[in-house]
Amino acid sequence: METPLIEFRNVIKRFNSHTVLDGIDLTIFENQITTISGKSGGGKSVLLKHFIGLLKPDSGEILFQGRPARDMKKKEWEDYRSIFGYMFQGNALFDSMSVYDNVALPLVQTTNLSRNVIRQKVMTRIEELELAEAWNKYPSELSGGMKKRVALARTLVTDPKIVLFDEPTTGQDPIRKNVILSMIAHARKKFGFTAILVSHEVPDVFFISDRIVILWEGKIAFQGTYEEMTKLRGPVVDEFLRSLEGLQDELTGLMSKGMFRSRYGAELSVGRKKSRISAILFSIDFDLLEKGIGHEASLYTLKALAEYTSKQFSPMGGFSARHSRGEILTILPHTGLEEAQQLLESYGKGLQEHVLEKIRDVTQQFIGMGCFVISVNAGLTEASVTDEFDEIIEKARKRQQIVAAVLCEGGDEPG
Amino acid sequence: MDLVNNLGAMAIFFGLAFIKIFHRKQFREIIIQVFYIGSKSTGIVVLVALFTGMVLGLQLFYTLVKFGSEGVLGSAIALTLVRELGPVLTAIMITARAGSAMAAEMGILRISEQIDALYTMRIDPIRYLISPRVAASIISFPLLTAFFDLVGIIGGYLTGVVLLGVNASTYIYRVQYSLNIVDVRGGFIKSLVFAILVSTICCFQGYFCHMRLDSYGAKSVSLATTSAVVLSCVMILIADYVVTSFIM
Repeated sequence: METPLIEFRNVIKRFNSHTVLDGIDLTIFENQITTISGKSGGGKSVLLKHFIGLLKPDSGEILFQGRPARDMKKKEWEDYRSIFGYMFQGNALFDSMSVYDNVALPLVQTTNLSRNVIRQKVMTRIEELELAEAWNKYPSELSGGMKKRVALARTLVTDPKIVLFDEPTTGQDPIRKNVILSMIAHARKKFGFTAILVSHEVPDVFFISDRIVILWEGKIAFQGTYEEMTKLRGPVVDEFLRSLEGLQDELTGLMSKGMFRSRYGAELSVGRKKSRISAILFSIDFDLLEKGIGHEASLYTLKALAEYTSKQFSPMGGFSARHSRGEILTILPHTGLEEAQQLLESYGKGLQEHVLEKIRDVTQQFIGMGCFVISVNAGLTEASVTDEFDEIIEKARKRQQIVAAVLCEGGDEPG
Repeated sequence: MDLVNNLGAMAIFFGLAFIKIFHRKQFREIIIQVFYIGSKSTGIVVLVALFTGMVLGLQLFYTLVKFGSEGVLGSAIALTLVRELGPVLTAIMITARAGSAMAAEMGILRISEQIDALYTMRIDPIRYLISPRVAASIISFPLLTAFFDLVGIIGGYLTGVVLLGVNASTYIYRVQYSLNIVDVRGGFIKSLVFAILVSTICCFQGYFCHMRLDSYGAKSVSLATTSAVVLSCVMILIADYVVTSFIM
């Protein structure tokens, strides 16, 4: 069994008579993105501050690689702290310092590196996070997203092994939220750190997470993978998801997963068991798309695809939800496979002619006249009352083929 | 009990900040703070010193003339300024200008989590934020006090000599003759004590504004700033009496 990197054992934290953390048992594994989610004011940030010693537990233990933090000597504790980076909810940038000075601050103050080495390291991080044009600007001159990137650059400049993100997407619009989450996922892959996120941006944050922790009324209601969470939904997880998901997916405007499941359940309810149902799984390779056209343009592409899908299938009773970052599942009730195939062909044609061409024009605004490929795959399958969601998705995924694509002039055929 | 706790906490706070003044990365920060606390306070100190000296010149001239002693105007002005008014008024003016700014800045850094951010970056907030301000105050207060004394004496000269006709040589001779090193040392000691009090009280109030029980957020910064200024002014006057009673 994998040894946890950090472990909380029966951690209790009270503020006056109010118990915020009530016997927390939590494990964090190396090189994973762990998301701590829960109600607002439920103690998520308090929990996060315990990792780095900004708050100390009233009782219980925090272990790092099996060693209790409270037994660490001063030097060990300093070494432990040095592997952390912390990105604050409000960025906590110094307004009187330029972007460069903000990013350089931890290196200038805590290392003996020469000015040239610091400059090189700082400029590398600034360029990696696409801030090269803003290096001499002040935080007040930057947009919300850019400030987040500066905060991320400052957090990453010391090459931390564990990065704590406290509600990194708060106050951002749906596109910007997803850009920031994509940026975190991308940075994690690139720099190879363990990430611990506090967020309640459901479902977007789950798509980039390896593990999910649900904090509910001061206790851990669930910890595990997203798949485990959706399979083992208990009353607390259900209540949590209901309270956060809402009826619509904020980014795409499609149904939330909870709403989608309810609607699907209703379609298969007694009396309709014999009705024919088809399912289509649409997908774009989101990671590849991000590499080609960037975070923001990729999200616009996904949004446009979702809007078109909803517009095409809603009039005939179809309903859709986002299954993962780049996948949309559409259910067509009372529709046989043959009829669904015809609908899909007409959908593909319309998508190619009206949507992808428009996306290409919009995307070129973001990345200029560069070469890129967008391909939309779709897999059609028949669904039956006995099928689990995962089975339907698996069957549809196996039958996927390209229904529409934008090819770069002189570019390769998308595979 | 709270008062004792706060005094103890402030003493520890000052002790920690003072020790960390001698950290190797402090020089640049101290110079920056000397500029903000010292150099930028020069204008207001000159203005107040000039008019204080001029008012003293007027008041003392009309008092002394009743006794036929207007010749000692220079001594009276110089001793009043160097021993008392110079250190006290300079400290109050710096409190109003820089002390309030220190408290507000610390408070904003606290409520916007920038002090926590420093901790997470392994930068000691007391070393990075407080020590340079304490050091800069210890450097700036005596210098500005000396400046205040000088400008105040010139102000007294303007009213006494230029406007009211006291003999210029007598005025200058009396200033030189009456002031000795004990007076200057007394003023210097006072300015050092005030520097420590003002910087510690103002930084402490802002730094711990999140622990106030009467408010939180922006309101706590506002109340911390008010408390810092009021408490500093009161402490300046109390300390002035205590120090005077020791050095007299």
